[in-house]
Amino acid sequence: MNQYLERIKNGIITENPTFILVIGMCPTLAVTTSVSNAIGMGLSTMAVLILSNLLISLLRNVISDQIRFPAFIVVIASFVTIVELVLKAYIPSLYDALGLYIPLIVVNCIIMGRAEAYASKASPMLAAFDGIGMGLGFTIALTLIGSFRELLGNGTWLGYRVMPSVYTPIGIFVKAPGAFIVLGAIIAVLNGFKIKNNSAKKVEGCDGNCCGCSKNSCSDRKEEQKANA
Amino acid sequence: MKEMILLLVGAALVNNVVLSQFYGLCPFLGVSKQVKTAASMGLAVLFVITIASAIANLIYTYVLVPLDLTFLQTIVFILVIAALVQFVEMFLKKSNPGLYKALGVYLPLITTNCAVLGVALSNVQEEYGFVQSVVNGIGTSLGFLIAIVIMAGIREKTAHNKVIGPFKGMPVVLFAAALMAIAFTGFAGLI
Repeated sequence: MNQYLERIKNGIITENPTFILVIGMCPTLAVTTSVSNAIGMGLSTMAVLILSNLLISLLRNVISDQIRFPAFIVVIASFVTIVELVLKAYIPSLYDALGLYIPLIVVNCIIMGRAEAYASKASPMLAAFDGIGMGLGFTIALTLIGSFRELLGNGTWLGYRVMPSVYTPIGIFVKAPGAFIVLGAIIAVLNGFKIKNNSAKKVEGCDGNCCGCSKNSCSDRKEEQKANA
Repeated sequence: MKEMILLLVGAALVNNVVLSQFYGLCPFLGVSKQVKTAASMGLAVLFVITIASAIANLIYTYVLVPLDLTFLQTIVFILVIAALVQFVEMFLKKSNPGLYKALGVYLPLITTNCAVLGVALSNVQEEYGFVQSVVNGIGTSLGFLIAIVIMAGIREKTAHNKVIGPFKGMPVVLFAAALMAIAFTGFAGLI
């Protein structure tokens, strides 16, 4: 049981996809204009993540190494289409609010990253729990960013007015620049804690950022580390 | 003609793909350390998006709509893009080794660039025709090129600046992006 809980803790804290790995940035910044959108996006991504992790793990001995990327993409895209159709049928308001970002879950690096890094090597149950952990980590991160943006930019939380009526909403926080500012500030605060606890661990060779990673940047980083050491 | 120019400028500057729509943030944050690599990435994206939006439009109009399979658009488009990237990579390797060397590392990354799939899907959503789709694709990718090159310029200039501990790395890049996004909202009055 312990290893399952460890997977969930890993997703929420140790390897939080948004704050630690900094992957899957597009939906993180785009849909966090309100808390309800953020939670909706987080849960949709989590559903796709759990199902695709489970299926890819079940198929891990069938899919050969050379064609694994196309195979992963087909699995992920199918689940995304299912989630899209379900949302369209049962929660049309959320479907309209998230718009194009629902089909774009396909290219969310978190899902592809977990499929490649974890699900294709682990047992089905562990892979599913990894999906739950990562999905929860992503949902929590999105909700946090969404809370700050909605509170500051609109004076509300989940649609209810929280700030006193004297407070004039700072409109920029629900617009594009606010997303960058809030995420930057949160990561800076987390970095501050890390420096304080002096527990900042460096990831060897790769920062886990699969989309931003190229062979170039990986080798750059290795050289940087060598130079630092 | 005037409509096309407006669409191009709108896609490139007013609704900048990275700074106002948040497509393609991963390469924007990940591959923007040097102007040279950023420009290569931008050009590779320009190349792929232009072809992808043309092909996606043709497949949508002539295959998916007649067969009544439009709900499969996400799967079909992502497979088309993945295959296209692979094909472009092989084609460049044979025909233009110089360009392949310059773009080589970045090509596989483009599959997971949400801008490509985003353009293909928004073309369908906005019901653009073939020419409009291609123009929208070019405009969007020009916007990406502009944004990533400016970002790389800023990061090159500030690489050796002293930054307070917690703000080192990603936070300072995000704040720079925020300032760029504010500047780009100035284009809103353009059309």
